[in-house]
Amino acid sequence: MAGIPKDQAPKNQAPKNLPPERGLAPTIQKLRLRYAKRGRLRFSSHRDFQRALERALRRANVPIAYSAGFSPHPKISYSNSAPTGVASEAEYVEIGVTEICDPELIRRELDAALPPGLDIVEVVQAHGSDFASRLEASLWQAEIMATEAEVRQAIDSLMGESEVLVERLTKSGKRIFDARAAILSLVVQVQESNAPESDAYVILHMVVRHITPSVRPDDVLAALKQVGGLVPQKPVRVTRLAQGPLNPLEEVSNPVGDPFDPDRVLA
Amino acid sequence: MNPRVAVRGASVFNELETLLPFVSKPIQYVGGELNAVTKAWDETDVRWVLMYPDAYEVGSPNQGVQILYEVLNEQDRVLAERTYAVWPDLEKLMREHAVPQFTVDAHRNIADFDLIGLSFSTELGYTNMLTALDLAGIPLHADQRDSHPIVIAGGHAAFNPEPIAQFIDAAVLGDGEEAVLLITDIVKRWKSDGEPGGREGVLLALAQTGCVYVPRFYHVEYLPDGRIHKVTPNRPDVPWRITKFTLMDLDAWPYPKAPLVPLAETVHERMSVEIFRGCTRGCRFCQAGMITRPVRERSITGIADMVENGLCKTGFEEVGLLSLSSADHSEIADIARNLADRYEKTQTSLSLPSTRVDAFNVDLANELSRNGRRSGLTFAPEGGSERIRRVINKLVSEEDLIRTVTTAYSNGWRNVKLYFMCGLPTETDEDVLQIATMAREVIRAGREASGRRDIKCTVSIGGFVPKPHTPFQWAAQLDHESTDARLHKLKDAIRADREFGKAIGLRYHDGKPGIVEGLLSRGDRRVGNVIEAAWRDGARFDGWSEHFSFDQWMRAADTGLEGTGVSVDWFTIREREYTEVLPWNHLDSGLDSEWLWEDWQDALTEVAVDDCRWTPCFDCGVCDQLSTEIQVGPTGVVDLPMPAPRLSPVLVDRTESTDQVART
Repeated sequence: MAGIPKDQAPKNQAPKNLPPERGLAPTIQKLRLRYAKRGRLRFSSHRDFQRALERALRRANVPIAYSAGFSPHPKISYSNSAPTGVASEAEYVEIGVTEICDPELIRRELDAALPPGLDIVEVVQAHGSDFASRLEASLWQAEIMATEAEVRQAIDSLMGESEVLVERLTKSGKRIFDARAAILSLVVQVQESNAPESDAYVILHMVVRHITPSVRPDDVLAALKQVGGLVPQKPVRVTRLAQGPLNPLEEVSNPVGDPFDPDRVLA
Repeated sequence: MNPRVAVRGASVFNELETLLPFVSKPIQYVGGELNAVTKAWDETDVRWVLMYPDAYEVGSPNQGVQILYEVLNEQDRVLAERTYAVWPDLEKLMREHAVPQFTVDAHRNIADFDLIGLSFSTELGYTNMLTALDLAGIPLHADQRDSHPIVIAGGHAAFNPEPIAQFIDAAVLGDGEEAVLLITDIVKRWKSDGEPGGREGVLLALAQTGCVYVPRFYHVEYLPDGRIHKVTPNRPDVPWRITKFTLMDLDAWPYPKAPLVPLAETVHERMSVEIFRGCTRGCRFCQAGMITRPVRERSITGIADMVENGLCKTGFEEVGLLSLSSADHSEIADIARNLADRYEKTQTSLSLPSTRVDAFNVDLANELSRNGRRSGLTFAPEGGSERIRRVINKLVSEEDLIRTVTTAYSNGWRNVKLYFMCGLPTETDEDVLQIATMAREVIRAGREASGRRDIKCTVSIGGFVPKPHTPFQWAAQLDHESTDARLHKLKDAIRADREFGKAIGLRYHDGKPGIVEGLLSRGDRRVGNVIEAAWRDGARFDGWSEHFSFDQWMRAADTGLEGTGVSVDWFTIREREYTEVLPWNHLDSGLDSEWLWEDWQDALTEVAVDDCRWTPCFDCGVCDQLSTEIQVGPTGVVDLPMPAPRLSPVLVDRTESTDQVART
């Protein structure tokens, strides 16, 4: 708020536009939420989810803490969110509340207050402030309409490279960066033998490390197209299955761990 | 379009889904809003699509559609779903992949429904209607439809539906709540009776109610000079005039009870409660104020219940108390004080989108912003000079305005927005240039009152478009060249002001879109060909400056009006005589045409009339014709009980959990 220098201040000074006094209760508990973005609501953007969550918090009457100032904001912090159009089973958000809440009740009430498709999967009381650093990598699942041979060949070509420059349109224009270094593994999932024949999707699991600039699943798919000539017949449907700490390499079946583990241990 | 072979009412979402990754803002097409309704197709008998013919972000907050959606879905065995205009990027893909216009609720083809109800707030949605019908494989021309849905226009623009007469099956004037129920009953009976008389049979049953206009049953004859000779029924069993619906007792209709909460960002990120309908201020340019008479207030208790209920059901943070002039509610001071008390320590904010120029309005705004920020206040003097304000019957003196803004600035408001119009009847350059003088005085008064130099005044100017059923329906519209020239002079005058110019913001649009709006507003059936030609040439989203093309419309007018002897100028910048048959003369808004004409003459002689809510009746005709009267308070209720506190269901026993925190 730019004031007027004292020597210029006129006589009849109007009441100052001060921030209003409110019953600003302090944050006494932090909760971490894992939520899923499913079905048609995968087309919601991060901002869409933010608005929906804030409304759901009010509907469920969660005693959310607010920041001070002219336009108080609810204390909510989001971790790296999945892109618009990508479904997710593992999105994370942290909220501050002014009264002690039961995490499971919060989960149930918030889930009921959100539209179906935006689902609260788990809520834990936060322990430690290192949450962001626990999210080292994501496990993405891509449903690709192509033959298994085509997919495998593209993977081989991509993994054989040490660098694959891809291009993405960002808010600040076109950006070119390496998509290869962040990719830890690309594994074609073995299909159930009883899957219907028309179901020509290849299920690909991609483990991608969180680096800057971030490499998103569409960047990996762009790299597969660029180096391996993979052109799916339909838009690829992508779901984030997990994000969290990287497990040791030998845990092949479970490459990405659960970031709530430390919260649970300390609880 | 190649009609897909599909079960009626089947979802087309799978087909749509493959297109969504390639379009902007896909969330607006997927539905799934909080409080949306889906019903099994086979468990319903009468099925409506409600369309707001603009983008989802504009259409989804629309109160009219939300109210009818809920009123209809509350009925047993009646289904209502919604559809909005798709952006050109998706339209292109839908055409390539033969995906039909769909509802956002259950993603059904709109062609599968019995009725399509379109809400036209503005005429600039006409081309979007054609896109939707075409995408669904519904013939554009009503006379070529057989088993297709019955297309019904409503909303303010439906008070002159003649330009779209060839595309719609029917039009409804006035309040929709009871209208849709009446229509539903007629269609239900017609269907259960085995559809007697076919399509014409049901349209006849609707027309015979006297309040549903079916253009095909009326014939228009023209004079050699192009004016209308007469509009007459072309069969003996339909009424000569069609009357509007008027809902009385708003408290009995507390809709929307469960407002929709879109996931996508929309133009109004708030919940709205309509505090009254109608307006009797008598501003002569204002179609809404004329066609929604009489005033019908919702009671203070009814309003408070809707606010509390809506907040619980939606989680919105802001509530707008809507009406055409909200500060005019007879109990507004008590309403504002009670609601401000109720929501004082909460994050809920209240807003009163009122533009009345008086200090009382500032008091209300202060009350409602008790616990919030005071950024901007909006007032609408509409005319720059006192003379032109008498012409338009906006009874605001310069002293009123200065007193009002002084109060606003001294109460901590920093930006005052002023709304004006350009191109009003009898207007001269001088009238418009006085806007600059006024803005200057506002800043001067504001600097003095607030003791600050950082205050602002934003001047917004809209081009005036004469509308049917108003005293200005006979007026000549100002041509777009003169509008632009006048606005440029104003801009220069403001810019040239060294002392105040920088504190004054000016917002305006060029005059061209107003001419197309004028053509569509006061056009007759001959304008239908222009609309179709413009649409075939690619006209879409005409209300959006980035999509609107004046040249496209003028080309369309050249072909569409060929051989008629009339032109765009003839429809827009020509003044009408008393004796001329106007295209909407057979559509009854309740206003007495003698009264309208007298009011037009009073305008020309700069005679103002008062608000009949507080002064004796001026015989506009509405109350007489509806055998009703204005419905205003007082209800006698001054203080409202606080609502029961909403318990937080998420708390755990405190004693136990404090330990838990202490441990961490």
